Amino acid sequence: MNRFTLIWRNLWRKPIRTVFTMLAVLVVFFLFTLLEGLRIAFSLSDVGAAAQERLLTSHKVSLIMMLPIAYESRIARLSGIEAVSHGTWFGARYQDNPEFAQYPVEAEQYLALNPEIKLDEGQKQAWLGNRMGAIVGRPVANQYGWQLGDRVPLRSSIWTRNNGSNVWEFDIEGIFDDTDAGMNAGVVLFHYDYFDEARAFGKGTIGWYVTKGDGSMPIEDVMASIDAEFENSPAETKTKTEAAFAQEYAKQFGNIGLIVTLILSAVVFMILLVTGHTMAQSVRERIHEMGVLKTLGFTSGSIFRLTVLEGLLLVLPVGILAMLLGWGALTVVAGTMGAMFPAGLQIGAFSITLGLALMLAISLGAVLPPVIRALRLDIVALLRTT
Amino acid sequence: MARELIRLADVSKNYRKGRELVRVLDGISLAIEEGDFVGLMGPSGSGKTTLLNLLGGLDKPTKGDVEVDGRNISRLSTGALAKWRASNIGFIFQFYNLLPVLTAARNVGLPLLLTSLSASQRRKHVNTALQLVGLADRAKHYPRELSGGQEQRVAIARAIVSDPPILLCDEPTGDLDRATADEIMSLLQRLNRDYGKTIVMVTHDPRAASFAHRVLHLDKGELGAAPEEIH
Repeated sequence: MNRFTLIWRNLWRKPIRTVFTMLAVLVVFFLFTLLEGLRIAFSLSDVGAAAQERLLTSHKVSLIMMLPIAYESRIARLSGIEAVSHGTWFGARYQDNPEFAQYPVEAEQYLALNPEIKLDEGQKQAWLGNRMGAIVGRPVANQYGWQLGDRVPLRSSIWTRNNGSNVWEFDIEGIFDDTDAGMNAGVVLFHYDYFDEARAFGKGTIGWYVTKGDGSMPIEDVMASIDAEFENSPAETKTKTEAAFAQEYAKQFGNIGLIVTLILSAVVFMILLVTGHTMAQSVRERIHEMGVLKTLGFTSGSIFRLTVLEGLLLVLPVGILAMLLGWGALTVVAGTMGAMFPAGLQIGAFSITLGLALMLAISLGAVLPPVIRALRLDIVALLRTT
Repeated sequence: MARELIRLADVSKNYRKGRELVRVLDGISLAIEEGDFVGLMGPSGSGKTTLLNLLGGLDKPTKGDVEVDGRNISRLSTGALAKWRASNIGFIFQFYNLLPVLTAARNVGLPLLLTSLSASQRRKHVNTALQLVGLADRAKHYPRELSGGQEQRVAIARAIVSDPPILLCDEPTGDLDRATADEIMSLLQRLNRDYGKTIVMVTHDPRAASFAHRVLHLDKGELGAAPEEIH
């Protein structure tokens, strides 16, 4: 026998209680991982550095109001601007699936402004050469099983064609990866010219402009100069960084991050209470045995270490397993519903660290108070307890 | 003549119970020689267990010194006392105090976790101790699967496994029937006679006390005038 045997046997003193405690830990950290994945997906807080530098200019009143295409050349002429492109919300769904993001864009400018879009050169050339061509983010292609060369119909809830139909067909010419897993990760991009010619209304308008400064002046000044250019016009503008835009977009879902955090905190707190109570009860049941161990020559320090290790053993392996299962579940969901989560469904180093910190907090928070209380008693008092 | 192993010099122990000061032991002086077997008798509350606790370093006297093998254990720190207990004292309790989650062998092996012995050496010591108490065939049984007498024999094996020179027994037969109590007392007697263990035993049972070389009577915290020599 060694000390681990003693810890292990104590851990399984009441197997049913231990199993239920472990199940509680498993559930809480599985949920924790799922909720962290959702929180990150909705918060889009991890958009890359490029999104901090790019500017989005939309109608001052609302994103759903359109801007004239003529603004493009006026923005391009402003000082401090390196490049301009644009996008428009297409609002379509594939078959009976939920609506996801598609933008008609000016292909070359858009790709130049979004270097995080990694597209094979051959596929890019194929896209540029096909007016009905589209490129799609890998999560979307994976979810719908689209392959290069497929012709796919998308039903727009906004845009009808000149012939009265709202079904638009596109040839899949490229599948790209988004290295920042940002706003472009789960979208379909297709040619603005094809869209503008074929739509029944709104010709010559776009949804928003994407601009990149040339670094000659502060980004705040560039934003101010764009909005000043269109002040008092029929379509005044509002310019923000793409990152700020992404955050505001996310807020349309309500403050999901906050809600998730509150639910998560409540769940973790509940489990902390349950686990803490169970662990504390387990320690209380052993106060007399602690007296016996001290009588045999075990020091308070060694009994403290044995009990703390037992607490860690109860929570850590199961908690880590739960986070692995949660990560697996997120991967499966992201694979089947990638278009709904353009930024992907994943947890990062912060979530893992937070999870491990919570596991430690649950273990130590549960074990320390009763064991410290018990070890403050002298041996005679410990032996008197029943 | 055997050398003096344990010496208590003018030992007193007081407890505070609220505002009241309770004098449990009052100026006890006592010498116990190596290889002695001493019975401690007296009415409930007379201070027998407190005296045993002081001898075993589980408690410290309010006044006076407890010397074991020339070392004043009253002055040792808590940590040093724990280490000292591990190598010098074997405790045997009335209710055995075995850990229910461990088998007999693992219970016996507990004190050896505090030594630097290898796993195989520990196993060997455990087997020897269990054989000595006649329970080698019950090594893998849990305490709940043993009778009271067998549990006490496991407790005795645990007390002797690290070969301490002193065994302190607190009512070792108090929870046993007469026949089993006699078996346990014979075992203690053998440990004293054949292995030279110095034994101090608290008991209410005159029959158990008759196994001791001498019996000391404690009453109201003081040792009785004329201890009765049994053998």
